[in-house]
Amino acid sequence: MVRLENITLRYHPDAKPALNGVDCHLAAGSFSWLMGPSGAGKSSFLKLLQLAVRPSAGQLYVMDRAIHTARRHELPGLRRRIGVVFQDFRLLPHLDVLENVALPLRIAGRGERQLLADATEMLRWVGLGDRLKARPEELSGGEQQRVALARAVVARPALLLADEPTSNLDEAQSRRVVALLQQIHRLGSTVVVATHNEWLAEENPAAILRLEAGRLLEHG
Amino acid sequence: MADRTPRARGRDPLGLKRAMADRLLPGLVAAMALLAALAMAGANAAATMASRWEGGAAAAMMVQLPRAIAVAPAAARLAGLPGVAEAIPLDHDRLAALLRPWLGDASGLPLPGMIELRLTSLGPASLALPAAIEAAIPGAQVEAHGVWVARLSALARSLEALAWLVLALVAGVAAAMVAVATRAGIAARRATILILHDMGATDGTIARRFAGRIAWLAGLGAVLGATAAAPLLWLLGGLAAPLLGDTLAMPWLALAALPPAAAGISWATAHAAVRLWLRSLP
Repeated sequence: MVRLENITLRYHPDAKPALNGVDCHLAAGSFSWLMGPSGAGKSSFLKLLQLAVRPSAGQLYVMDRAIHTARRHELPGLRRRIGVVFQDFRLLPHLDVLENVALPLRIAGRGERQLLADATEMLRWVGLGDRLKARPEELSGGEQQRVALARAVVARPALLLADEPTSNLDEAQSRRVVALLQQIHRLGSTVVVATHNEWLAEENPAAILRLEAGRLLEHG
Repeated sequence: MADRTPRARGRDPLGLKRAMADRLLPGLVAAMALLAALAMAGANAAATMASRWEGGAAAAMMVQLPRAIAVAPAAARLAGLPGVAEAIPLDHDRLAALLRPWLGDASGLPLPGMIELRLTSLGPASLALPAAIEAAIPGAQVEAHGVWVARLSALARSLEALAWLVLALVAGVAAAMVAVATRAGIAARRATILILHDMGATDGTIARRFAGRIAWLAGLGAVLGATAAAPLLWLLGGLAAPLLGDTLAMPWLALAALPPAAAGISWATAHAAVRLWLRSLP
């Protein structure tokens, strides 16, 4: 599903690399915890997989496509098969909850009736079936995170990336979000979850990718 | 409240109705459309005047012969002068018809021999012709009004060209204005664009959203501008009537073409500006 070969990522030619010589392989249908302290390169790792940045050096393959050589117009189609849950949710404030979740389906060109039905079903699945018309600002942090999760998975992505999805949540809400992520994994998606909460990984054993200062120290 | 319905909001995921809802762009485009309408009407009026004067300039010179000179041999002599294309003797009936507005029925009056000269060119060289005529037929009187009418006609043609230039300039300024408004819209919705881009929205999809919104606002502005221009043009047409010999026809077709033209230019400009900006993204 994802292969990184000697990947280096710099945001500026003179800057210290955010990722340095990273090699790893994520099998299709796997669940991985991406761990490490702040500044270790977790977000940069996810940005690469999300195709939001291109590697400065090395080879990156996502869904069997060589991203390091891909042409720009080839990427949107791949991005539509990748779901992302952001640490800061990134919900659109001018849209209600239903429209936020329907957005990936709208981008994919689904029919109006079908996309609204699918988005509604997804919001029911995350326990927000009664908040369809609410604006993001009217929701609690936990509710916003679940909306972000619903939006990330509504188009049934092959690859789901979550960047610190529990950082703003209490333990109970964190467990609920992780349970939802595992359900999505069981449905066949490859899941990568960045977190600095060791207890989450201990409670839910899975492959661990441990980054420190841009280097991958542990993979397995 | 209309944009609060899920369906309406769904058609505007970038929130452009809010980000670009100000009245500034339609107002500016309305002013541009008004200027464009005036420029087009100016070009039309100048073209009409030039055509009318060109017709008058065709008879570039009238030569009145001394009584002792026979018309036919004089016409042959004048036709041989350099710069003269044709020398046409005016018969008695035509002369009488020309004088009728001033003198009434002049058929009984003794009228001088008159020759109308058509020239090969109405340029500066034609100014030397009166002296050549005087040398060829001593005592002949020359009326060279046609040369001056030709110059007026050339001036009208220049004004017409200037009006078209102004129109092109207005279109250019409007396009630049749209580009600035688009950049402002992009700045206001940068975070949203990035989210949509990361979700797999293509450059074309995002650019079309912007272009559609801008084209709508510009088209609306142009409708206002064209509507404001109509009474103004009617008034100016009336004022120009003495120069044109008739009331200038209202350019309804040009006025109707302004909104689609403004919308088209704006769509293309905004589309290009957004695509250019999106190329900075991976």
